[in-house]
Amino acid sequence: MNVFRLALRILWRRKIRSALTIGGVGIAVAVLVSLLAFDAGYQEALRTDIDRMGYQVLVTAKGCPYEAATLMLKGGGGLRYMEEEVYDRIVVDPRIRQIAPQLVATTFDDGSVMMFVGITDAYADLKPWLEYRSGGWFTGGRADEAILGYEAAELEQRSVGDRIFVPGADRLLTVVGVFERTGTQDDGAVFIPLHTAQEVFNLQDRISGIGIRLNDITELTQFEEDLYDEPGIQVVSMAQVKGTILNLIASARVLASSIAAIAIVVAVIGVMNTILVSVFERTKQIGVMKAMGASKLDVFKIVWAETTLVCLFGGIAGAVLAVVGGGFAEQIVRSILPYAPSGKLIAVSIPLILVALAGAVATGFVACLYPAARAASMKPVEAIRSGE
Amino acid sequence: MSISIVDSETTNAAHRYDDGPAIAARGLRKTFALPAEDVHAVDGVDLDIERGEFVTIMGPSGSGKTTLLDLLGGLETVTDGELIVLGRDISSARESELVTLRRGRIGFVFQDFLLLPELTAIENVALPATFARRPPDMATAMAHLVRVGLEHRASHLPKELSGGERQRVAIARALAMSTDLLLADEPTGNLDSRNSSDVFALLRELNERDGLTVVATTHDEKLGATADRSIHLCDGRVVM
Repeated sequence: MNVFRLALRILWRRKIRSALTIGGVGIAVAVLVSLLAFDAGYQEALRTDIDRMGYQVLVTAKGCPYEAATLMLKGGGGLRYMEEEVYDRIVVDPRIRQIAPQLVATTFDDGSVMMFVGITDAYADLKPWLEYRSGGWFTGGRADEAILGYEAAELEQRSVGDRIFVPGADRLLTVVGVFERTGTQDDGAVFIPLHTAQEVFNLQDRISGIGIRLNDITELTQFEEDLYDEPGIQVVSMAQVKGTILNLIASARVLASSIAAIAIVVAVIGVMNTILVSVFERTKQIGVMKAMGASKLDVFKIVWAETTLVCLFGGIAGAVLAVVGGGFAEQIVRSILPYAPSGKLIAVSIPLILVALAGAVATGFVACLYPAARAASMKPVEAIRSGE
Repeated sequence: MSISIVDSETTNAAHRYDDGPAIAARGLRKTFALPAEDVHAVDGVDLDIERGEFVTIMGPSGSGKTTLLDLLGGLETVTDGELIVLGRDISSARESELVTLRRGRIGFVFQDFLLLPELTAIENVALPATFARRPPDMATAMAHLVRVGLEHRASHLPKELSGGERQRVAIARALAMSTDLLLADEPTGNLDSRNSSDVFALLRELNERDGLTVVATTHDEKLGATADRSIHLCDGRVVM
């Protein structure tokens, strides 16, 4: 009989207590896995969102650059607009590979929000991965037409040939295309020709942003420097936006990490308490084992094996809980966060689960040190005669 | 998953045991230092027990029977005097040396059986092999159960056995610990008279058939008389 089999029998005999302890470890591991998964998932989703905007630099009207970038990412009210002629001045710069002016406008109707994005042909060039689920591009730069993002089409229950109403503008647009799912904010947008958007929203010669992709990324800093001279605009590097959003999220992460740390400490104390009680209950048996020739190391290993199994099972339970409950947790996180990228926020991966399991086992080792050392140091006679 | 238990004590395992008496004690003393006064639980005992003997240690409560048995089994350290068990002087042995002696040389039986409740009868009997660094051997464990007439209870948990059966499993486990020396501390203390007689009859059978040296403590004069010889203790001293 090896020590793990013996430990398994001991745990099985105390099913309820073992289950409660395993549950405690499981919750701590689930919190930890979810937190780490959120950390990894959020960064990846944000990176995807920003990379899939297709540009490295965003030129917007003066104001808070990060607010502007966030509004460009997710839509919403309060966008500032700039003159379209800014675009005409910038577009001639030879360092630019691709440039796409956009006009973002949001409408609210009966509690539902619709994000309209006015675009030109350049937008499709900036995002070559855009594919049509059905239909195609606008027939003209001033057509009363719309291309729906995947989710917008699902939400509005519209397909090619249907009409879509622009709330507040008293305008009907014909759906000429529906994009395939991209996993970005584009999925929820309604795209219309830029000039149509300017007309519909009464923003003639105005745009809300210009997305720019350079021929050589190393020229980015100098390019930004040069644009600082343009009046009434600001230049936002998407790398900066990403960094700033991650910094904002970091403060929330500190809070969540504190909760995870408390959960882990509680779990360690719970495990230590369970194992300690188990050791006390089995004092006589430990004495008998020593009478049979069990060394201090043997006894230590038995207690260690018991703790390891509790933590391993708890770790597995926690990993399962994190995977199964990830979707639910994501919904909650999305409702709390001011900005959540489109991709999967909580990305539980196999390496992450393995790290969590290893962490649980290592934590178990710490928790078993005192009970195991106490059991190992018992004198056989005192242990056997205890309670007499 | 399986791990083998190996530690430094294994290196001390090789001991030579001569053909002398199973136990030889001279001026054996065990003193417990208590706050009020020192208690001499065993106070200058001289003792010789030959190999293959069946000896009972008798005496009233507090006479030192259990402490003497603990000393003979290396469960307790000697305060003073000389003690040779199975050819090895353990008077001044360190704990690790006592572990080695206990491991595979001496079998213990206790009054309240002290079987591991999580394990079946046969697993309890097989457990000493784990600590003796021997591979698990269920066939040998079953052979020990056969010796105590409990092969039909092999897969039962202790709670499914009667008191007499539990003690027989404990004796089988002691046989798995050692085929040289069996020390039994009040092995019938928790049994009725019929089971008590059965347990002593079993010990006698193992002694006669297999040449096992048996030393048992008991209050029961009738059971004590079934041994080859009885040693009477009073206040830690041999009185007759």
